[in-house]
Amino acid sequence: MAKVKVDGIEVEVPNGASALQACEAAGKEIPRFCYHERLSVAGNCRMCLVEVAKAPKPVASCAYPVMEGMEIFTDTETVRKARRGVMEFLLINHPLDCPICDQGGECDLQDQAVAYGKSFSRYEEGKRAVKDKYVGPLIKTIMNRCIHCTRCVRFSAEVAGVPEMGATGRGESMEIGTYIEKALTTELSGNLIDICPVGALTSRPYAFVTRPWEVAKTDSVDVLDALGAPIRVDTRAGEVLRVLPRQNDAVNEEWLGDRSRFAVDGLKRRRLDRPWVRRDGKLVPASWAEAFQAVVQGVQGRTLGAIAGDTCDAESLFALKQMLNALGSTAHDARQDGAKLDASRPDFYLFNSGIAGVDEADALVIIGSNPRVESPVLNARIRRRWLAGGFRVGMVGPNAELTYAAEKLGEGPQDIAAAERFLEGAQKPMILLGRGALARPDGAAVLAAAWELARAANALREDWHGFNLLHHFGGQVGALDVGFVPGEGAPDAAAMAAGAVQALWLLAADAVDVAPGTFVIYQGHHGDHGAQRADVILPGAAYTEKDGLYANTEGRVQRGRLATMPPGEAREDWKIIRAASQFLGVTLPFDTLDALRAEMVAQHPAFARLDQGPVAGCTDDAGPAGGGALDAAPFAPFFGNYWQVDPITRASEVMAECVQVILPQAAE
Amino acid sequence: MALSDKDRIFTNLYGTQPFHLRDAQARGDWDGTAGFIAKGRDWIIEEVKNSGLRGRGGAGFPTGMKWSFMPKASTDGRPAYLVVNADESEPGTCKDRDIIRHDPQKLIEGCLIAGFAMNAVAGYIYIRGEYFNEAMVLEAAIAEAYEAGLLGRNAAGSGYDFDLYVHRGAGAYICGEETALIESLEGKKGMPRLKPPFPAAVGLYGCPTTVNNVETIAVVPTILRRGAGWFAGFGRPKNAGTKVFCISGHVNKPCNVEAEMSIPLRELIERYAGGVRGGWDNLLAVIPGGSSVPLLPKSICDDVLMDFDALREHKSGLGTAGVIVMDRSTDVVRAIARLAHFYKHESCGQCTPCREGTGWMKRVMDRMVRGEAEIEEIDVLEQVTRQVEGHTICALGDAAAWPIQGLIRHFRPEMERRIRERRGLPLAAE
Repeated sequence: MAKVKVDGIEVEVPNGASALQACEAAGKEIPRFCYHERLSVAGNCRMCLVEVAKAPKPVASCAYPVMEGMEIFTDTETVRKARRGVMEFLLINHPLDCPICDQGGECDLQDQAVAYGKSFSRYEEGKRAVKDKYVGPLIKTIMNRCIHCTRCVRFSAEVAGVPEMGATGRGESMEIGTYIEKALTTELSGNLIDICPVGALTSRPYAFVTRPWEVAKTDSVDVLDALGAPIRVDTRAGEVLRVLPRQNDAVNEEWLGDRSRFAVDGLKRRRLDRPWVRRDGKLVPASWAEAFQAVVQGVQGRTLGAIAGDTCDAESLFALKQMLNALGSTAHDARQDGAKLDASRPDFYLFNSGIAGVDEADALVIIGSNPRVESPVLNARIRRRWLAGGFRVGMVGPNAELTYAAEKLGEGPQDIAAAERFLEGAQKPMILLGRGALARPDGAAVLAAAWELARAANALREDWHGFNLLHHFGGQVGALDVGFVPGEGAPDAAAMAAGAVQALWLLAADAVDVAPGTFVIYQGHHGDHGAQRADVILPGAAYTEKDGLYANTEGRVQRGRLATMPPGEAREDWKIIRAASQFLGVTLPFDTLDALRAEMVAQHPAFARLDQGPVAGCTDDAGPAGGGALDAAPFAPFFGNYWQVDPITRASEVMAECVQVILPQAAE
Repeated sequence: MALSDKDRIFTNLYGTQPFHLRDAQARGDWDGTAGFIAKGRDWIIEEVKNSGLRGRGGAGFPTGMKWSFMPKASTDGRPAYLVVNADESEPGTCKDRDIIRHDPQKLIEGCLIAGFAMNAVAGYIYIRGEYFNEAMVLEAAIAEAYEAGLLGRNAAGSGYDFDLYVHRGAGAYICGEETALIESLEGKKGMPRLKPPFPAAVGLYGCPTTVNNVETIAVVPTILRRGAGWFAGFGRPKNAGTKVFCISGHVNKPCNVEAEMSIPLRELIERYAGGVRGGWDNLLAVIPGGSSVPLLPKSICDDVLMDFDALREHKSGLGTAGVIVMDRSTDVVRAIARLAHFYKHESCGQCTPCREGTGWMKRVMDRMVRGEAEIEEIDVLEQVTRQVEGHTICALGDAAAWPIQGLIRHFRPEMERRIRERRGLPLAAE
């Protein structure tokens, strides 16, 4: 620790900290453009200049290491003059187009110009004009506004690991771009919009939509991948306009995948906004009462089962399970992908090291997963760990561009055991098992083999749990937490779809093909695969339209909040199930969400622990049941692409454009 | 007192003899090199310190001290490197060029000695791209040295292994800045790095590195041969040695000449460059150290001494000792406007003040040439130079600001005259 004086205030900061960090510790605000906590220091904007006693010139505080006894001055005439000067320089070539700039209202340059700039300009020459660049369907560029802070260049190279951005030209003629004009292929490109301190990189789909002060902001959680990034949903007049990441250092830091950010236009298309009932082979609009009567008719006298989708809130899953149990059925399954998960113990299906545990690990074996596609933000964390050194990555599965070097250890399940040698000597080895690797006939054996590998590599210790399962969506772990898996002897999802039950309740499950003859109730939000097969459609709510709890892949329970009302006559899902239970004569014992939660927490205490990571360490290294033999077939990629994976993303025009533009380019 | 031929270090500066190793050895190069190395690192650094040698690239940092910043031995397995800055791009400067093409063995021998002194495993000579023929000569000279066993394993029989490489730049002025040069050498865009860390701690490929100018390195063997005291005997205290001056512009005989430090500017021009065109009284101004330093009007040129400290006293600098002489036919505002254009063109674009400020200054200077400005704009221009100066990562911002500051300091009446004339205002004197 070093003792530093900032404007007379004494603070203690770690050795090697920058003067800027010392100033922040002392509560002094230092303006900056190029500096970003999560990127390397560039020191080029020169906005953070401060005076340091005995230094001949003002120094860039972001890049100046503190020394014991250093004295920093942040508010002297020299400093004020330097900031005013830099601000004047930044503005001489910056267009005065704030009224038509999408960054307006959340622009660092705007804010700092007011706080640290002059009220007039002395520049009377012509302004620089820079041609706008095409960087893909997600980001709109207005390069006149660029102040060359190079945050985007550093983000691409360091965090995203896809060094596609850079600067060409020199001095005033320097331009930021992709060298050869092309769409960015990183799944994290949306974050460039957030880190750009001016309006040079803005959201293309969100262009000219609204002003930041006109939107209602709702804190929620993302479900479109299993990381469960905390998000802020911006809405106006009942419409979700955009999604931004919130900060949680243990989960997403401050990043968000493109799917989670840009797929929200899918919430407005192909929505189920009223109940439908199939009459004479055709779906016709119906009232809620008619729909429930049709449900009663369809269910009575038949065996009933339920399959849940991947992005459901825990409450509706719990309610549906309760209702089925009351009806005497334990045929409920949330594994529509057929993943042979073992829900008997949480650490069989959780990311037990924790997302933040990646930072501590010193070796990683990825089995049957492509983290870059399945959770790009987690992948960025793995990459950062890899960049820090002393971390080796092995891979059992198909080749993938991961943004870090991974040693190929094999193609299929047979090669899992051999990965033990790769992990030899590691103090904190991690095994990352993709959910996709379990969605195959030998899934249970793969799970057992991966667990066995973890045990062999000494990754199952009281101080370290190195077995990690990476799920695909935000509702999957919650479903396992409420025990939405078939009871003893009950059919699983595949069996139910094949006809093991006579009536099937699909809770937003769109990835199953139901056999003819089964009576299908589809409760969900999009007119996707499941709704087409349905005999009754009960319009539900998407994740932005209901209050609900979601557990991410590490079991962290987070609260999603209602940002807009469900469209038309659609309702929150737990309410639909509560109403249906009444029609079916097994009225569920809760009338409010709070009562439901209380009941759920009583049965599944995991949901009482809001926003907490996994329990550290492994106390019982007995493995999952397993069963069957390992198949020789190699692991295959689970998703065809990153952008279109579920009903919401499939309904999104933006995602469709990404697939059209980026996929062929990434293939080159 | 003029420097006598026997005291000249660069005895083949004019290329009167071939550059080849055999001829260089006949001139005294590579004599006793192994002996110097046998005396050890500390002795070499001490000799260089005692000689008072200051860096010849422009900043004038004491060379021996710079070398002493290098780690004595590698503690973490990282090698150390010597990098020689031959990216001589400063307008008005052409000394390294003549050293390389006519006397390359002096540089190569210096590289071995300096490399040994800083425990470097290899040296890189970064030569500007435009010096094509010079690079060819240098490559040939290095090949000769290798063939003679003066480089490589057991270089010059000293028991020390040292390799030397030539890297050609691609023609950017900024790559002459030491950290930008290192970036460029690593294959990146030539942009100066933040300091600290300094190259002596984290330099080329993250390893301890010292970057020296060609002339600095090339004089070291002779200093060791003739003794630190001999070198220190030239020039005033703290400005010791001999120095190659490049005299260009309105003189009768533009030339490179090796002279002792602290020579009066007038003597330098009249003795070696045939005097100012039209006589000393026809002199308007001199830029004494390459385009980056402020110009001096004739009144100062009359008796100023050519060394680091004397020129600093007059708010200019010795820089690279590229003396640009301008007689009274010169449009001095236009001359400085041309320099403003140069710096705008060569700014790397990294730091805000330099990127934006050089363009601003250039545009205002262009109008000043024509007088299309307000009188008050001279003050604005002055303030803009102050806003650039000292606020950037490297010294290019300073270099862009100083010539304009010098112009305003010494030739403000001329600038005002143009503006008044253009606007039909009465001249100030009236």
